[in-house]
Amino acid sequence: MLKIENLHVKLEEEGKQILKGVSLEVPAGQVHAIMGPNGSGKSTLSYVLAGRDGYEVTEGAASLGDFDLLDHEPEERAAAGLFLAFQYPVEIPGVGNMTFLRTAVNAQRKSRGEPEMNAAEFLKLVRETAKTLNIDAEMLKRPVNVGFSGGEKKRNEILQMAMLQPRMCILDETDSGLDVDAMKLVADGVNGLRAPDRSFLVITHYQRLLDHIRPDVVHIMADGRIVQSGGPELALEVEHNGYADILKSVA
Amino acid sequence: MAVTARKLEGAEALLAVWPAPVGEASWARSAREKAAARLMAMGAPVRRDEYWRFTDPTSLLVQPPKPAPVYDAIEKPPFGDVDRLRIVFVDGVYDPDQSDPLELAGVEIQTLAQVVGTDIHWARDLFGVLETRGQDPVDRPLAALNTARATEGIVINVTGQAARPVSFIYRHASETGEAMVRHLIRMAPGSDLTLLENGAAAARFNSVLEIEVADNASFHHVRTQGRAHDRRAATAIFARLGKESSFKSFTMTANGRLTRNECVIEFTGDDAHARVAGASIGEADFLHDDTVFITHDAVNCESRQVFKKVLRSGATGVFQGKILVKPGAQKTDGYQISQGLLLDDDSNFLAKPELEIYADDVACSHGSTCGAVDETSLFYLTSRGLPRAEAEGLLVLAFLDEAIQEIEDPVLADDMRERLGAWLARRGRL
Ligand SMILES: Nc1ncnc2c1ncn2[C@@H]1O[C@H](COP(=O)(O)OP(=O)(O)OP(=O)(O)O)[C@@H](O)[C@H]1O
Ligand SMILES: [Mg+2]
Repeated sequence: MLKIENLHVKLEEEGKQILKGVSLEVPAGQVHAIMGPNGSGKSTLSYVLAGRDGYEVTEGAASLGDFDLLDHEPEERAAAGLFLAFQYPVEIPGVGNMTFLRTAVNAQRKSRGEPEMNAAEFLKLVRETAKTLNIDAEMLKRPVNVGFSGGEKKRNEILQMAMLQPRMCILDETDSGLDVDAMKLVADGVNGLRAPDRSFLVITHYQRLLDHIRPDVVHIMADGRIVQSGGPELALEVEHNGYADILKSVA
Repeated sequence: MAVTARKLEGAEALLAVWPAPVGEASWARSAREKAAARLMAMGAPVRRDEYWRFTDPTSLLVQPPKPAPVYDAIEKPPFGDVDRLRIVFVDGVYDPDQSDPLELAGVEIQTLAQVVGTDIHWARDLFGVLETRGQDPVDRPLAALNTARATEGIVINVTGQAARPVSFIYRHASETGEAMVRHLIRMAPGSDLTLLENGAAAARFNSVLEIEVADNASFHHVRTQGRAHDRRAATAIFARLGKESSFKSFTMTANGRLTRNECVIEFTGDDAHARVAGASIGEADFLHDDTVFITHDAVNCESRQVFKKVLRSGATGVFQGKILVKPGAQKTDGYQISQGLLLDDDSNFLAKPELEIYADDVACSHGSTCGAVDETSLFYLTSRGLPRAEAEGLLVLAFLDEAIQEIEDPVLADDMRERLGAWLARRGRL
């Protein structure tokens, strides 16, 4: 599904090298986790995959099935089925959450040559989905993420994901800032979306999320590279011992 | 300041273009003569004048005016769904055949021509009076010209709750027409009126509204300035607000070669509030200028100015807004925000926010910003599948919405949103 090969990325403005040869493959239907110290490049990787400006890919490739990610605009990547749940969801005053969601759903449908969803259909689906994430109707009416609490913002990301039905979901620290119950809701949301033709890349600092969303593979990222990959037990090791041992062993 | 020969000649030329009205009542004749004298004393506007530095007045003065092709809008006109009393002007001339009868419960409506021909009329206490007050300390020569010469317009005496909004519709028929209209509104204590205005009016338009809002009266004003690309307009509103009165004026401007909207408000009674807001959007040789002057001369009044301009492909936005708090005008709450959103590097937003405060117990704030569309927001939206142009359109509407939110009536506010959305959609931005 997602294939990243030897990805090298530097900051366009400062020329600083952030990713130094990331290679990673997430097969269809699998959940992979990325853990790693602050500043190791996890968010950068997610932004580069989603197509944010400001980065220069100096080497390597990334694709979603046959679709060359790096060659396309963010909206084209989204239409191809990529979704990034932001570490810091963006507040957009003046744009209603509902308008935003409907425009996004229909823009993707349009670009895939599918008919637009009518207002009634859409409303029903949003309401149902929001309910499962404990997002109340009043929140849907507010501007995108404006005045949302940290946890509400994260749940709103999962709502968007559920509405857009992407095939490759990247979750960047969606668990940070969530209370125990919200974490459970989010995990249920993700698990509900698990399917043979859908994959997840979950960036997290905590083992706890991975108790709820069982990963097939855990990768450790440090200084712009994947330095170790393994089963779920790797996350446990990080939880208990931190990164020191792992980093020492690969140094 | 001595008036230069150029300014003087300019004023003479303006007065020569428009014939002096004849056969009017003596009070009107006297108001006209005084206005002509005021204009001669201040001279025509020139670029060097302090409040014309950002907006070159030349094209508002030259004879003949530059032609403006008539723009035939395909979609439904503004305020289409609003039940209102329609008063239609064609190239600035009142057209009774296209207008509703001038009858409405809660108000008395006459034409300016009728009024200035009447020997005894309340309008004598208003006509040219507020305009004169508004000339100090900033000259407004085009408004003085209007007092001296305008013969078209509507005079409204609001005695109670107007049964429906009054709507001025300015149809533009001739490419070369120049129009001048003058409206007078007197609102009795506790009365209520909504005034709607729309239409391109003429190739060049000079419009002045003088309005006296008595104690506890409430005035709502929403206007859209016609979309004809090459039209030019200089408008002015002079308002005087009594105790606990309310004044709300919103203007939407899309297109137009040059628009100068002046608004001069004076608080004379305590506990009143005023809002002036504008949302404008234009491209290329579009120049839009809001020049606002609010004088607080009473206690505990609140004023808000919210102006948003979206500028594209070399367009220019101008904002000159002043809050003057006179000695004794304690507890004044004055707020002013002006923002330009530049959709490219060629466009310009020029702002001159001013505060002048002579009372110590006041809360006044002003802010002015100018910038491009926020890249982070754009990325967030496009990452959800919105094409960049559409994402930009949504952000543009969001930017303008802060001004639209100043409109009290949600139906009118939605009408404005729809219009701005359509403007963007025609440009592939939504
Ligand atoms: N726009 C930028 N300008 C300057 N430095 C940047 C920028 N973007 C990323 N960096 C730097 O790149 C490095 C990687 O950042 P990134 O956000 O990808 O880390 P991360 O692994 O997601 O960290 P965290 O766990 O704290 O979220 C950091 O050192 C960060 O300071
Ligand atoms: Mg991060």
